[in-house]
Amino acid sequence: MIPENIMNEPSWYESSARARINGLLDAGSFSEILGPQDKIMSPHLALFDLPPAFDDGMIIGRGLIDGRPVAVAAQEGQFMGGTFAEVSGAKLVGLLRSVASAAGTSQAVSTVVLLLDTGGVRLQEANAGEMAVSETIRAVLDVRRAGVPVVALIGGRAGAFGGGGLVTACCSHIVISEQGRISVSGPEVIETNKGVEEFDSHDRALVWRITGGRSRVLLGGADSYVKGDISSFRQTAAQARNSAPSLSLETLEREQERLEQRLSSYGDCRDTPEIWTLAGLPTPDKIADLTEDEFISLLAKGGRRHDAR
Amino acid sequence: MEKFTIHTQAKAVLRGKSSNAFTGVVASGNLEILFERKDNSLDVTVEVMTASHGYQAVWEAVIKDFVDRTSPGGVHIAIHDNGARPDTVLLRLMQGARLMGAQS
Repeated sequence: MIPENIMNEPSWYESSARARINGLLDAGSFSEILGPQDKIMSPHLALFDLPPAFDDGMIIGRGLIDGRPVAVAAQEGQFMGGTFAEVSGAKLVGLLRSVASAAGTSQAVSTVVLLLDTGGVRLQEANAGEMAVSETIRAVLDVRRAGVPVVALIGGRAGAFGGGGLVTACCSHIVISEQGRISVSGPEVIETNKGVEEFDSHDRALVWRITGGRSRVLLGGADSYVKGDISSFRQTAAQARNSAPSLSLETLEREQERLEQRLSSYGDCRDTPEIWTLAGLPTPDKIADLTEDEFISLLAKGGRRHDAR
Repeated sequence: MEKFTIHTQAKAVLRGKSSNAFTGVVASGNLEILFERKDNSLDVTVEVMTASHGYQAVWEAVIKDFVDRTSPGGVHIAIHDNGARPDTVLLRLMQGARLMGAQS
């Protein structure tokens, strides 16, 4: 249910990628790189008889959040499922590389904000898309090594699946809403390969119990939880850079230890309520039914804070 | 996918100072439109790429309606459509014309 205090606010989930950027950045501060008028489009879609998009579904540029310079990239989840492909991938990788090489100069940005909304690689240009994902991961890590936090904002219709899930997990800080989903193999992929008894992709409650924002943040798969309005994403994105850990061997070893512990504690569980029961959360069967305010106060009390990512 | 270009004449040059404008998304039942100001002529060209086949006559009717309403002379319009209905197409065209004139 939509909390009353944000009922009339623009919704992240409902907005286009451009509307999200406009709401995220200081008014009028967005300066787009390779915008629609440059017509840098996919050369592959015509072979499949599909109309292209002028920006190939990836909007990149620079702007300000609370007066601080940031680099921003947003996937349009409604175009081809918000995909990683040759042109869209090159735009994202180029932006990240420019941030890494500008770190410490007068052109430096304080943060990179990634508005991921994707089912993963675009099947019509899969090889280029797979390469784009691996180049993106390398570029994200280079940006973090250069001392610039990379913050992922997840709350779009397509979620962050496939390569999008991998890229998200490599970021310094992940902000998610209840609608947001993160995973690698999506529900349909699991059902296709392992059968409906393994995972029923039409069971929306199950999909969100496993991949949704509340479960991800409770398990440490996301770092901040926000209500689904654009201004909540903006506020949290503005603060996230302060708590982002540096990418060091020590950080990675702590993260490895946390994940090993999580696997040994919960590895046998078949569904998330079993995990919440073991974790000692109150009302383990009712996490999805809590109001946003109730859930946020539960997180504040019982949530696992960790700074290793 | 079907591609065609519609050439027509407007009664006046499109108002406003913006050199280009962009609106919409190539989502299911939606379209994106790029307006580019070419010159001070009355020529209007509309380049359509649409996922739906066999609707050129409908496109011509919608574009005639739009040209009658806004007189977008001197403008080139490029459309990527993914099955938008005629009312959505007209809405996006009107949004584009508004964006072109927004900074006048």
